[in-house]
Formats: sequence, structure tokens, C-alpha cells
Amino acid sequence: MTTTVAAPATTAPVAKAKAARPWTQHGMLFIAPFLVVYVAFLVWPLLLGLQMSLSSVNIAGSNDGFVGFANYAEAFGDPRMWRSLWNTVLFTVLSTVPLVILGLVFALLVHNLRFMRWLWRLSFFAPFLLPSAVVAVLWRQMIYQPGFGLLNGTLGTDSLWLGDPNMAMWSVVMTTVWWTVGFNFLLYLAALQSIPEQLYEAASIDGASAWDKLRSITLPMLRRTTGLVVVLQLLASLKVFDQIYLMTGGGPEDSTRPIIEYAYDIGFTGYRVGYASAVSYILFILIVAVSLVQLRLLRKREESLR
Amino acid sequence: MDDIPPTPHRTPTTITRRNLLGGALALGLLSSGCSIPVGLGSSQTRVKYWHFLGASDGVIMNGMVGAFAKENPALFVEENVLQWGEPFYTKVAMAGAGGRSPDVATFHLARLAGIGPGQILDPINLDLLAENGLRAEDFSPPIWERAHIDGVLYAVPFDAHPMVQYYNTDVCGRAGLLGGDGKLLPTKGTDQLLESLRKAKEALGGKPSLAFDALGLGTVGPWRVWSSLYAQSGGTLLSDDGTQITIDDAKALEVLAFMRTLGEEGLCDPTTDYGASVAAFQNGNAAFLWNGDWETTTFKLAKMPFSMARFPSVFGGASAQADCHVFVVPHQRARDPQVERATYRFIAYLVKNSADWAVAGHVPAYLPALEQPEYLALQPQSEYRSVITEVALDPQVWFAGSASRLWIEFGEAFSPVIGGTRTPEEGLALAKNALRRLMETPNPFPEER
Repeated sequence: MTTTVAAPATTAPVAKAKAARPWTQHGMLFIAPFLVVYVAFLVWPLLLGLQMSLSSVNIAGSNDGFVGFANYAEAFGDPRMWRSLWNTVLFTVLSTVPLVILGLVFALLVHNLRFMRWLWRLSFFAPFLLPSAVVAVLWRQMIYQPGFGLLNGTLGTDSLWLGDPNMAMWSVVMTTVWWTVGFNFLLYLAALQSIPEQLYEAASIDGASAWDKLRSITLPMLRRTTGLVVVLQLLASLKVFDQIYLMTGGGPEDSTRPIIEYAYDIGFTGYRVGYASAVSYILFILIVAVSLVQLRLLRKREESLR
Repeated sequence: MDDIPPTPHRTPTTITRRNLLGGALALGLLSSGCSIPVGLGSSQTRVKYWHFLGASDGVIMNGMVGAFAKENPALFVEENVLQWGEPFYTKVAMAGAGGRSPDVATFHLARLAGIGPGQILDPINLDLLAENGLRAEDFSPPIWERAHIDGVLYAVPFDAHPMVQYYNTDVCGRAGLLGGDGKLLPTKGTDQLLESLRKAKEALGGKPSLAFDALGLGTVGPWRVWSSLYAQSGGTLLSDDGTQITIDDAKALEVLAFMRTLGEEGLCDPTTDYGASVAAFQNGNAAFLWNGDWETTTFKLAKMPFSMARFPSVFGGASAQADCHVFVVPHQRARDPQVERATYRFIAYLVKNSADWAVAGHVPAYLPALEQPEYLALQPQSEYRSVITEVALDPQVWFAGSASRLWIEFGEAFSPVIGGTRTPEEGLALAKNALRRLMETPNPFPEER
């Protein structure tokens, strides 16, 4: 097999050499199962969604006439679409900042602890293991419950944590931070443990203070992890749905409805699948844009580090 | 593939989600273990039945299904209890779209217009209905009429479930609100009602005497109360053809101001959600509960001193917001005639035994049942049966009906009015905006004709 490939390689054009290679050599056989799933559950729905977004199809699959860009035109003139898109962006900003900073702070704390490290590691990470339904019910029914909830009981307040349009988003963010900070914490902790000990040793010999070590060794060494954490966090936050759907249902007065829930509401309870697809595509474009910017920034940074 | 484990027929106990899931799981394990589904002999005709009756009326329904099974050993009804509200309608729509629906499902009458009759639902087979002894004249005429879309019957009416007033006989007795026969003295107008609520509040040591679902995720309680009272004042939401908003601002605001008074004076607690309202009444912390009639069994089982009366007449009329449970036949690509026959037999059995169903609190839509001594003897379920002629049904538009966008939007607009964080004017403006938006939204199931 190798000889037939090797012999013409010196004389014949590259294209011909490639064509002669049996497809197993590309590893196609190994990625085929993945490819089938990928096409069936990602590529195909993506194309189907695009087609649906250009029609007025309903949940029964009928009424599927082609309407061109009418759904997109309706979406751009729909104040609720803008409101829910804004809610998603707001949630992303409000949640990403504390999730990254607290993840780092908790990791630093645990990393520098001497005793009961496992307990702290477990405490910060455990909530992340809970399913969203458990988290939502726990916070809605026990912690934020108006009247006799834990929070009102402890603080002696009478607030509607999830019922007040000015507070609902903050309450959801608080829950989300508690729930998911463990993941960022874990990434940071792993990164901290991989910083070579001799750097700190050398710094100590040079008389560096703890603060100097943090600023000049730890944080720069964590830069790549921070980039990764921020990307993952942004993408996760932009896709927020479950905890909001389960805790506030998007209310009160649309103050927490993220765009994914808006698409869900239109499509699955309003039965307008065509319009819902158009709204989903608007979010899709936003996420692709954010990812591209992120990639570019990361690449630049890596190049400058070189 | 029919691998859905049948819901176990248990002796009537409370169906909680947990024991339902537990049962389903256990059966799932069982059937995967020995691969022969239990209770599914090949000689039995299987009827798949979906319903959303998860309140205490679910216990009664489960008992009726069990009784049917006993009388008809050749038939097997596979009962699936799904979550009430929007998720149920989404499920039915998707199953109907795929043509792989259950054979029969419960439905809300006011949702018929919005679910694409002829696409998601199949018309009722009138021959099979007649064969099983159900005739048009046996049903409450306005409800029967409403079950038709463009002259085609799409639903078999089962009951009406109006807003009612539950009252604690102990507390009301202490407050001097009961007549010589031990029944609640009816009130008329706002002043009398407020007066009796104040007296009851005193008897409770200053606790809010009225409970209703006023707040919470997807709350529809404020809509139910407002809609009942507003209908009493003669107001309407939409013109008959559904194209014009006909809300009478003065009347609507009067009702909202009254609801605010209830919250402001502490006659009701504006932070009560659905569960808390039922709990407050059950624990004797409230003298009155305004709710649909479906919690009757809850309080019966709690063995508490309570009775029920018609929703109070406050703004002139005596109507109460209501919807009706009906049976529908979701769309299937191909229908097995034998199963179809069994399905109608099952529907007819339930309808004819409406008096059993009335135990759950609902008022039968099947008129012969209303005359049956068993029904008339039901206490307190027969106390409010006269409301059947004065029920306030939703306007006949695609976005109305139980758990519809209309209910949720109005509930959300009016909930803060009771608590005082929005003025009645602001609440009404929000509701009208929502209504306008709903009317502008294209109907996802436009008429094909």
C-alpha cells in the first residue's frame, strides 16, 4: 500500500496521490459514527431551522408557505424580541463577571488552605453537580419564597425576590453564580496546581511578598486559563434557559425572559415554529459573532506571547 | 413501538408526581426485566388516554378508569397523567402533528379554537356517539354549541368548572356569617362582601380572611377573579367576531380598584401563590377561598369544617369565570376501528357516570346527571350547581382558554395591582397592551377552508 503511494509521489501531482489513498487512511472509518450523529443532530437541524425560519410553519408542520424574510422583519420590529435579547445580554454580563472573579478567588483560597482542603473543594463544587430543576425548586420554593423563605426570614425583609421586576434578574444571577461557579473554580484550581513550585521558591529567595507573587507569577501564569474560562462562561451564559424558565418563567413583566425562552414560548406554546426559528437564528448569529471575536482575541494574545 | 408502561391502577390514593414516577419506573424495570408487559393480554383492546387531572380530581378520575376496567374486562385503558397547562397542550399538539396521538384526551373547551381543529384534533364520530347512547339534547346547550367549530363537533362535553367560594364553617360561624340553616348568608355588592370579610378577619384574630392565588410563576388567579367580577358588571373583552377590543375601562378599573382594596386592607394576602392559598384555607388560616371547584376532594380528605357556595355577586350579575373539561380525539394517521369503538365506549361511560365525577367538585355538562339523586345528595358539590347557566366563558379566539397566553398575560398584569406595586390604571394598560399584541399575532392555525 505504501509503495503505490510513495512511488508516484515524487513525480505525479499531489491531487492524484491523494485520490489514490483509500479512505480508511484518513481515519474516516473512525470518525464516521461521529459524523453521522453530527450531521443528523446538528447540520441537518441547522439547515432545516433555516428553511423553517423562512416559512410560516406551525407546530403541526402545516401552514408552511414560504414567506421570505417576513419572520426576520417581524422579529426586528418586535419589542419583546429586543427585550428578551437584551435580557440575555444583561444576564451574560451580570453573571460572567462574578462567575470568573469568584471562581478565581475561591480557587486561590482553597489552593492556599492547609486544613480541610477537600471540604472546601467539595463545598464550592458540589452545587454544580445539581440538575437545574433541583436548583430552581430549591431557590424558588425555599430561599426566595415570599413570606416564609430562608432569605426573607434571615434578613427580616419582605421582598419579592423573583416577583419584583427590578430584582428578579439579580436573584436569578445570584442563583446561577451559586450553582455554576464550581466549574470555573475547578478549572482555576487545576491551573494553580500546575504552576511550577520553583517559580515561587525563586521569588521567595529574591524576597518577593505574597502579593508580588500573586501579581507577577500566579496571575500571568493563569492567563490562558482565564481566556478559556471567559469563553466558556460567555457561551454558557448566552445560552441561559433552564433556571430562568423554571424560576420565573420569564416574568415578572418580561424582566427575565431570555431569548431562548422567547423562542420556546413562540414555538412550543404559541405554535409559531417559523417565527421561533427566525428568533433562534438571531441568537445564533450573535453567538457566532461572539465566538469569532473571542477566537481572534485569543489568537492575537497567543501570538504576542510568542 | 408501544413501550410506554401503563400507569398502575391503584386504589384511590393521592397521585403525587413522585409515586407516579416511582410506579412508572418500577413498571419500566419490571417490563424490561421479563419483557412481557404486565396486564396487557393480547386479547385486550387498548385505549390510550391522556389527561391533566393532577389536582385532587385526579384521584376521582383514576377511580372511574378503574371502575370502567372492571366492567369491561376486554378493554384496557392506559391512563397517562400529564402536567396541567401549557406543557399539556404543547404535547397534544406535537403528538397530533405526528399523527401518533393518544386515542382520547381531556381538553379545555375554550382551547378548542386555538388548536387547529381538523389538524391537531379529529372530528367526533357522531355515529359512534349515538351508538353509545349520547345525544345532543343530553348536554347543556351553550356548552354543546361551543364544542362545535364551523358546525363540526370536535369535543364531547364533560363538565363545567366555575370559580366558587369555599368557606370555613367554623370561622364563619364565629363571625356570625351563617344563616339558621348553617349555610353562608349570601352577600350582594362590594360593601356587604367587604363587611363579611372584615368580620371573618376579626374572628381569625386579624389574619387575612380571604385566600386566592394572587402571585407566582404563570399565575392565573388574578385573571380568574377579575374575569368573574368584570363579567358580573356586564363587561366584555372582545367583539363577537374577535376583531375589536371592547373592554369598558370604567368597569374594568372599578373591579381592579376593588381587588386592590382587598390587598390594601389586608383582607387577602397579595403574596399568596396557588399552593399557599389552598394551604391557608386547609389549615384554617383563612375563612374563604376563591378558586375553581376542583379542590373539593382536598378539603374533604382533610376532614375540615367547610362548605361551598357560588362565587359572590359583587358587581351586579352573579356570573363566575369558568372553563369546561371536554374529551377530544387527537389526530391519528390511521385509526383502528376496534380501538375507536372502545374509545367511544369509554367516553360514553365517563359522561354517563358524571355524577361520580361530580364528587371532584365539577358541575356535570351531561344534563341527566344533574337530576340524579346521587348528584343532588352530594354536599357541598350540589350547592353551586345553579351557576351552570351563568358561567363566564372566554371569548372564542385562538389565544384564549385555560393556561392560554391570555390568562397568563392578564394574570401577570393584575397580580401587582392586588399587591399595590402597580396602580389599577397601569395594570389595565399592561393587560390591554398584551391583548392588542395577541390580536396582532397571526394565528398559527389559520382556517384552511
